Amino acid sequence: MSGYSGSEPLGRTAALEGTTPSARSQAASASQSHRLRSGGLIDRQQPLQFSFDGKVMSGFAGDTLASALVANGVKLVARSFKYHRPRGIITAGSEEPSALVEMRSGARKEPNTRATTQELYDGLVAQSQNRWPSLRRDFMSINQLAAPIFVAGFYYKTFMWPAKFWEKVYEPLIRRAAGLGKSAELPDPDHYDKAWAHCDVLVIGGGAAGLAAALAAGRAGSRVILVEEDSRLGGRLLSDGGEIDGMHAEEWVRRTVDELASLANVRIMVRTALFGVYDGGVYAALERVNDHVPLPGPHQVRQRVWRIVAKRSVVTAGAIERPVVFPGNDRPGVMMASAVRTYVHRFAAMPGRKVALFTNNDDGWRTVEAVQQAGGDIAAVIDPRGKVPAEYQALAELSDLRVFSGGVSDVKGGVDGVRGVVVTDNNGRTQQIDADCLAVSGGWNPNVGLSCFHRGRPVWRDDIAAFVPGDSPKGMTTAGAANGEFSLGACLRDGHTAGAAAAAECGASGNAGEASEAGDEVYAISPLWQVKAKGKAFVDFQHDVTASDVTLAQREGFESVEHLKRYTTLGMATDQGKTSNITGLAIMAEATGRTIPQTGTTIYRPPYAPVAIGALAGHHRDENFHAWRLTPSHHWAAARGAVFVDTGLWKRAQWYPQPGEKDWIESVTREVLAVRNGVGFCDVSTLGKVDVRGADAGTFLDRVYINAFSSLAVGKARYGLMLREDGIVMDDGTTSRIAEDHYFLTTTTAKAGPVMAHLEFCRQVLWPELDVQLSSASDQWAQFSIAGPNTRKLLQELVDPSEDMSNEGFPFMGAREVKLRGGVTARLFRISFSGEIAFEISVPARYGGAMAQNLMIAGRDLGVTPYGTEALGVMRIEKGHVAGPELNGTTTADDLGLGKMMSKKKDFIGRVMAGREALTAPDRQVVVGIKPLDQKRRLRSGAHVVPKGAIPGPETDQGYVTSVCYSPMMEQWIGLGLVERGRERFGEIVRIHDPLRSEDYEAEICNPVFYDPEGARQRG
Amino acid sequence: MRIACPFCGERENGEFTYLGDASPKRPNFAVDSGESPEGVEDAFYDYVYLRDNVAGYMREYWYHGGGCRSWLIAERNTVTHEFRSVTAAPGVGAAKPVQAGE
Ligand SMILES: [Zn+2]
Repeated sequence: MSGYSGSEPLGRTAALEGTTPSARSQAASASQSHRLRSGGLIDRQQPLQFSFDGKVMSGFAGDTLASALVANGVKLVARSFKYHRPRGIITAGSEEPSALVEMRSGARKEPNTRATTQELYDGLVAQSQNRWPSLRRDFMSINQLAAPIFVAGFYYKTFMWPAKFWEKVYEPLIRRAAGLGKSAELPDPDHYDKAWAHCDVLVIGGGAAGLAAALAAGRAGSRVILVEEDSRLGGRLLSDGGEIDGMHAEEWVRRTVDELASLANVRIMVRTALFGVYDGGVYAALERVNDHVPLPGPHQVRQRVWRIVAKRSVVTAGAIERPVVFPGNDRPGVMMASAVRTYVHRFAAMPGRKVALFTNNDDGWRTVEAVQQAGGDIAAVIDPRGKVPAEYQALAELSDLRVFSGGVSDVKGGVDGVRGVVVTDNNGRTQQIDADCLAVSGGWNPNVGLSCFHRGRPVWRDDIAAFVPGDSPKGMTTAGAANGEFSLGACLRDGHTAGAAAAAECGASGNAGEASEAGDEVYAISPLWQVKAKGKAFVDFQHDVTASDVTLAQREGFESVEHLKRYTTLGMATDQGKTSNITGLAIMAEATGRTIPQTGTTIYRPPYAPVAIGALAGHHRDENFHAWRLTPSHHWAAARGAVFVDTGLWKRAQWYPQPGEKDWIESVTREVLAVRNGVGFCDVSTLGKVDVRGADAGTFLDRVYINAFSSLAVGKARYGLMLREDGIVMDDGTTSRIAEDHYFLTTTTAKAGPVMAHLEFCRQVLWPELDVQLSSASDQWAQFSIAGPNTRKLLQELVDPSEDMSNEGFPFMGAREVKLRGGVTARLFRISFSGEIAFEISVPARYGGAMAQNLMIAGRDLGVTPYGTEALGVMRIEKGHVAGPELNGTTTADDLGLGKMMSKKKDFIGRVMAGREALTAPDRQVVVGIKPLDQKRRLRSGAHVVPKGAIPGPETDQGYVTSVCYSPMMEQWIGLGLVERGRERFGEIVRIHDPLRSEDYEAEICNPVFYDPEGARQRG
Repeated sequence: MRIACPFCGERENGEFTYLGDASPKRPNFAVDSGESPEGVEDAFYDYVYLRDNVAGYMREYWYHGGGCRSWLIAERNTVTHEFRSVTAAPGVGAAKPVQAGE
């Protein structure tokens, strides 16, 4: 229990409430056994209380959850993915593979949050994950005994086991045993946003190089956006200090940030992680707007996804320190050397009191001074290179350092952290060193991910034993540590040069100023990837991939890095292998006897950092998933209690239930009978409407429709059919001639957009010589269908008495403007979808609601009935009119019974291809009527048609039912179908086979026009 | 991806829809005596179905439906998605009329 001394639960009330700020501060300090007395970028006047696994602790403003846990002496924070091994905090940044926690609770619960990036706030609640019943006593750690199951390729190997055991035994077992956090099961109560930003120069990363780049580009006068994922600018300067232009690094950061903030052309975005690089200079970034506070304020979003359009970008994303693979390298208390320095210097928190350092490079040696200055002991330095770097010789002598030439071959300890480090020196002698923390540095990997998102391949550099960016996306340069420049002086120069150049390329002509100056410390390294010794040695901490998994994959033939990745799942966890990929491929390179560049890297893909789906969706969720389109009479219909149906983006009234009606069929039947026996109306404004104007408008329509329109008389309407160029039907609708050079074209609701694009293609791309203009008028007109024997009586109440509404004065298929009582001009079309006397009336959209009201008032004595899309559908099936289910992208004009409309005298879109053999074959499936022999039986669409007595199957299948309804006029269910040679088979009894609903019955094929086949009613 | 519409300026690709290869020309023919001329079926077959699968710069149709409703011809590299030019497309999809004797 020693690791937890001094971090006993604070009694919430006793310790922190009702006391003065300074008393609170002292009380908070007292709980933090591993907090340094001074220093750090934390605000000791602002103590914050938080809990981890129910244990209440305290930290300070400026802490991350990880640094607060370190300050409280907490070592064990997680259980690993497969083996449930105890794990601690490994890094201090966004690359963290291990310290993943479950944040918040209830609907806001979020798993797999990196403790190293989560800023501390008062009242923060976090839980460890993937353990039961507790982090310290996790029964699933028995998985370690079952380790052979979980070796490389275990997904693939377990699939080979007997199938009958898979579903019941193996999968539940593996699912319970392996995994990370659990997500919330309630809808996310927070809001997310999406936004665009534009700039000349995007600087990605606000460390020394990034600040230098942004300053140079900003001074030169270009529009700059600087994004930084951390809450503070400064990068490694916040952890390693140093001297720039003769001042402390912190002071230089402060001055530089002040100057950037004073420039109107520079925008600084902190807590903003760049995660994607897309074509044409588009970048995506996630801004964590309110993750550092308990809850977003009113009307605030939690996170925001930015799409940033930049002419140039400078990647100053730094480098990631890499671990060394050795047995026990995952014990809580084994930490990256740079992370140790960050916790000590930036957060004034000591990861250990006796720190052993294992490094193969000079940079790791910085840790010695950092720990010593904070009052900690360096237990030993283990450096396989066998010699103290020149820069550190004085220090080593002064402090009498124990320095070993060799490597760490094991780490002793358990859930409470490191107790000792076993060193095997270069002569093979083994020795155990007493330590409670092991700082490790295997060197640094420049952050090449962003520069490789367009399939760029990074280039290997022997001198730093690391990859640097190769071909970057167009407009992108890399500077500083991300570019392999590891000294502070070089980072500042490189950043300044890149920023100034990017600004100049964007046309900025101002003075970029001089680069800041700092020392050029030596970075010498001799590569060491792995210390081979007995025991589990981890490459990928998050996915529990060991060195032996990598070599097993190699022995089993998976030598390519892409195969290695998928077979072992190396680098496929939420951290995307930031600390493991290069090490894994280095071990593979050694196993195969190739060099690291020969082995190569896997393809880098966005997102660079995890992004919540909610953030990508933004406000487009639930009812706002897509836009709504409301018909002009929508609010009137809603007030009458209409049931609405989504038709594309539209909400359409489906039927209008009346009190006492037991189901929708009863309501729809009432509406149909009201129309057929009296009069009803329906909002059909959703139809696409196009004004076609110009001297050649008729010629144009002749070419896009299969039938002629230039011959249509002014004041008349005509049904038209359009084909695609391949001869298949595209759309249908009624088009009227309003004037010699003015047609009004309508499309189906679904095809309004595509038909408009098609017409524009024909006009612009094929026949620009025609004098014709198109304007979409869909939203300009409210259009109602008024149908039934009393239609004329109803209309006479509405139109001006001067209008001749007689059968002669307004004949079937007539179309003209009329004046309404009150002076509004409407367009009136005598067309019928229902088979009754019917008109469609168009009024300017703003009169849509008033029109519906006036129709009700004018038709009160006639019993006028509003009807919805269901009744509309029933009446069109009764009349055999085709609609969407028949115009389904496979049918020809002739299939629909409209082949005779195809004009022989002209070219039109689809004419030639429609003549192909297969499209004119006599055995095609064509539209017919279908009615079950049992008049009580409900017909279902989708059911198959096979000959009577045949066994249903692909050989006997002759078509299917496309549209069905209960027909009030036929008093039974009827339908339309597409049936082979159907028109020759009226009267034939066929078998209807519906395997989906296990139905099988007989039906008669008939004329699709069930009701009033002579068409007398609509002409009366 | 951003597309520079010659009428609207540089806009996000979500405003555009893609149609494909802009090189096929719609055969141009006159209808005499109700019959399509000889060979026109083959020409239409080519026009409707045959496309080169280009790796590199390709002339293709884009429709600015979310903007000015112009059909555009873009020269786009299918490997890198770089645009070399974007121009209006009047008449580019129609073949010249077949003259008698040709
Ligand atoms: Zn445009």
